[in-house]
Amino acid sequence: MDKFDTESDRKLCIIVSHGTLDGAYPSLIMANAAAAEGIDTHLFFTFWGMDVITKKKMGKLSVTPVGNTSMPIPQALAPMPGMATMSTKMMKKQISDLDVPDVPEFMEMLSDMGVHMWACRMSVDMMKLDKDDFFEGVEDIISAGDFMEINEGAQLLFT
Amino acid sequence: MATETLAGTEVQVDEEGFFVDPGTWTEEMAKELAAHVGVDELTEDHWTVIKFCRTDFESKGESPTLRRVSTEAGVPTKQLFQLFPKKPAKKMSYVAGVPKPKGCV
Repeated sequence: MDKFDTESDRKLCIIVSHGTLDGAYPSLIMANAAAAEGIDTHLFFTFWGMDVITKKKMGKLSVTPVGNTSMPIPQALAPMPGMATMSTKMMKKQISDLDVPDVPEFMEMLSDMGVHMWACRMSVDMMKLDKDDFFEGVEDIISAGDFMEINEGAQLLFT
Repeated sequence: MATETLAGTEVQVDEEGFFVDPGTWTEEMAKELAAHVGVDELTEDHWTVIKFCRTDFESKGESPTLRRVSTEAGVPTKQLFQLFPKKPAKKMSYVAGVPKPKGCV
């Protein structure tokens, strides 16, 4: 007997196409929540989302105030040297103050939770990457067509 | 709000079965609660998690998330999924008699 009814076949696929802190975290947080609910969760990384799985870059994701009018910095000042570094530092601190792990540790945690991670074939070819460049939680490099087979019947999020 | 009889004692629970007052929980109830969520035997590792959920709830006023249990109680995430299959966050709080966890990560 299981009162939380875990026999559900719910599946969630998230396409991660951004490599900024504010672009990547929402997907990771949703994936974490989904996996904790026993949902079969898949992350498909494409375009700038490749940075989130690339070993050399995953720990260095940043956020820029340029063009981001939600950030409390006047747009005229946003492109000034040091602004992106400062914004990144602030956001990382806010995230860590909530005891939310940094990106590499978060990805490790998701992988331990059984979240499936896939790298986009076309992005890999464009950016001249190969599987060795990726964090070990990435299962394979797959095409858009392969991903369509994986996401059959799934709930899909594009971020 | 509903009532449930566990280990011969009537306790108040919410619509999902989580304890309304964690103070009414006793260790004897844990085995019965575990059976409700498909956990047939409570091992020492289960108890490490249950006890951490209780003490953390007492000190913080909210139920711990999986991340907290792995970093603070030292039970790896992978193992939490083995101990409380599929929905560990809900299940560990349920068995420990603390409210459903509210934290996102």
